[in-house]
Amino acid sequence: MFKKFLTLEWKAFTRSASFATNLALKIVMGLVALYFALVFAALGFAVYYLIKEELQQDPVPTVNRYLIAYFGFDIMFRLMLQKLPVINIRPLLTLPIPRPTIIRFAIGKTVLSFFNFLHWFFFVPFFIVMLVDGQPVLNSILWFVSMISLVYCINFVNILLNNKDNLFYGFMSVAIVLAGLSYYDIFDVTIYTQPIFQALFDTVWAFAIPLVAVIALYFACFRYFIKHLRLDTGLSVKQERARTENFDWLSRYGSTGTFLKNDIRLIKRNKRSRGTVVASIMFLFYGLLFFTGIVEAYDSPGWHMFAAIFVTGGFLFTFGQFVPSWDSAYYNLMMTQNIPYKDYLSSKWWLMVVATAVSTILAAPYLYFGVDIYLMIIGGAIYNMGVNSHLVLLGGAYIKTPIDLNSGKKAFGDKKAFNVKTMLISLPKLLIPVILYWVGSYFFGNMVGFAAVTIAGILGFALRDKVFDIIVKLYKTEKYSTIQAYKQTN
Amino acid sequence: MIQVTDLSKKYGGVKVLDISSLEIPQGQSFGLVGNNGAGKTTFFSLLLDLIEPSSGGITNNGVKVNESEAWKPFTSAFLDESFLIGYLTAEEYFYFVGELRGCNKADVDALLAKYEEFFNGEILKSGKYLRDLSKGNMKKVGIIAALIGNPKVIILDEPFANLDPTTVNRLKKILREIAANHETTILISSHDLMHTVDICERIVALSHGEVVKDIRTSEETLKELEEFFAV
Repeated sequence: MFKKFLTLEWKAFTRSASFATNLALKIVMGLVALYFALVFAALGFAVYYLIKEELQQDPVPTVNRYLIAYFGFDIMFRLMLQKLPVINIRPLLTLPIPRPTIIRFAIGKTVLSFFNFLHWFFFVPFFIVMLVDGQPVLNSILWFVSMISLVYCINFVNILLNNKDNLFYGFMSVAIVLAGLSYYDIFDVTIYTQPIFQALFDTVWAFAIPLVAVIALYFACFRYFIKHLRLDTGLSVKQERARTENFDWLSRYGSTGTFLKNDIRLIKRNKRSRGTVVASIMFLFYGLLFFTGIVEAYDSPGWHMFAAIFVTGGFLFTFGQFVPSWDSAYYNLMMTQNIPYKDYLSSKWWLMVVATAVSTILAAPYLYFGVDIYLMIIGGAIYNMGVNSHLVLLGGAYIKTPIDLNSGKKAFGDKKAFNVKTMLISLPKLLIPVILYWVGSYFFGNMVGFAAVTIAGILGFALRDKVFDIIVKLYKTEKYSTIQAYKQTN
Repeated sequence: MIQVTDLSKKYGGVKVLDISSLEIPQGQSFGLVGNNGAGKTTFFSLLLDLIEPSSGGITNNGVKVNESEAWKPFTSAFLDESFLIGYLTAEEYFYFVGELRGCNKADVDALLAKYEEFFNGEILKSGKYLRDLSKGNMKKVGIIAALIGNPKVIILDEPFANLDPTTVNRLKKILREIAANHETTILISSHDLMHTVDICERIVALSHGEVVKDIRTSEETLKELEEFFAV
């Protein structure tokens, strides 16, 4: 039976729309997976000696101290990305397969997931280095067993917590608060968790705790599904209660207003598009990496400008690149209605401009790093509104990836969104302002750099109608192939 | 109203549709029947310029559909769920379509009031987004939305499928009323010969992409069609 399941899985994998497209993509995907595996492996090997030689500290206790953060990140990633594939179970329910078999298969599938394998790549090399360096063998083995057990504990906990929507945000807030408290030396949670992880190494019998936990959690998952393997319970897709929102105040903007209303609902009511708002908030903090001088290499005008573009451009980049793909699910409707393409575009454009403006205001705390920095952000925002908003829409016209609005799964790096044309269009988004600012500030001072970027942005506004015309033409010439591409939802 | 000349559609060398000539006058209620793969949906998709003809073309009220968009204001359609916006409530969807078709809220409300019975109390103010409705209820929403804004041409693909018997009868009544004024051209496709005969003045049967029957509906039509599709 399991063999049959496995062939099913293999077919699902190789025949999925995003995978079957072309060889280049498969290679890119493979490389990305390999990259992560290698990074983790290198980390596993290097961390031990780094701590020992560079920091002159005892590696095992030090690692144990930060394991809380390691597993914390892991939980967040999984909550966000790892989903139990319940949909694939549905067709099996009515076939003559015992329920426990189906459940063992579904749970077994999560055990084999990349999210778990990744940790082997870290812990195995680390474990080997531990032995090579002469750590006590038995303790090392038991610690290793504990770590792997913990990884799978998290795997099963994630299954049990599946479908609980706001958990991720709750968890993230706790993590941010804890990180902030320890950064300002108010409360360091690692001091309390370190002995716990250390005990898994020092105390011979302690490994039994995570081991028993993982077995118990497996059976908890199993029992949960035995009870809930029905379409209306464990396998149901949650429905939210809908409320009609008319946004009448937008009606006065004509058909741009009509589309704006829809776009606001689009963003509010779909998991995938809500992600763009989250992204724009995260990008707001991106500048901290650059302006605080944490990373020395980034502490130059060019890099600062680079960051300034991103601080206000989060929404613009993540939302704009998928216009018109956001409307892919009902593209046939759009194409048979009498749609003024320009109004359609300008609705998306206004959304991006408003979001950029709001981000600029929210970025005001960057004033702390000096007026120059905030002026850069303002210049970047004007460049975003004037130039990048158009470029991003232009790039989107070439992306024909149907978007499944209800799954947040592919939110990070859509594989098909990667193509050469889009790449080429993307370059000026960052390069031009960076060069303008760098040249301006290098030869004439920061104010001139700021002025150069701002003027480029203002000039961009003048191009609006021209760019819209090009995009409209593109939409029309690409119409049939776009409709065809959007049909292939998967 | 609708004129088809030398229309063909090929996929990888295989002809899926080949109609040398077909004319549908204004106000006619036109039924398209045929087995799966006969080319019904392909024909409607070509008529709505959703796919590109391999040769020939269709004019709708004098507008060549694959060259101009001027047919859009007077043509409306519901082919499948890709005509629905899943994250809207039914009301929002109707108002959205209304605004695109030049109807204000009051116009749409009036139309909805007229078809309240058709919705059977399950759609308006149901607290559900369209994506969470049952297939039948989705279809009801799509069909009514296709009636917004007094279109001159209404295209419905398989409107009777997935509907309960009562709703089918209500839908037939609605379509007959619209057909009665002889201004609106209605094109429907169906697998159900009886429903099609009930509504349409003219029935065309497609087989492997070609027109094999073109009948003015009469007493004998149903029998003739049933014989044609007999196994």
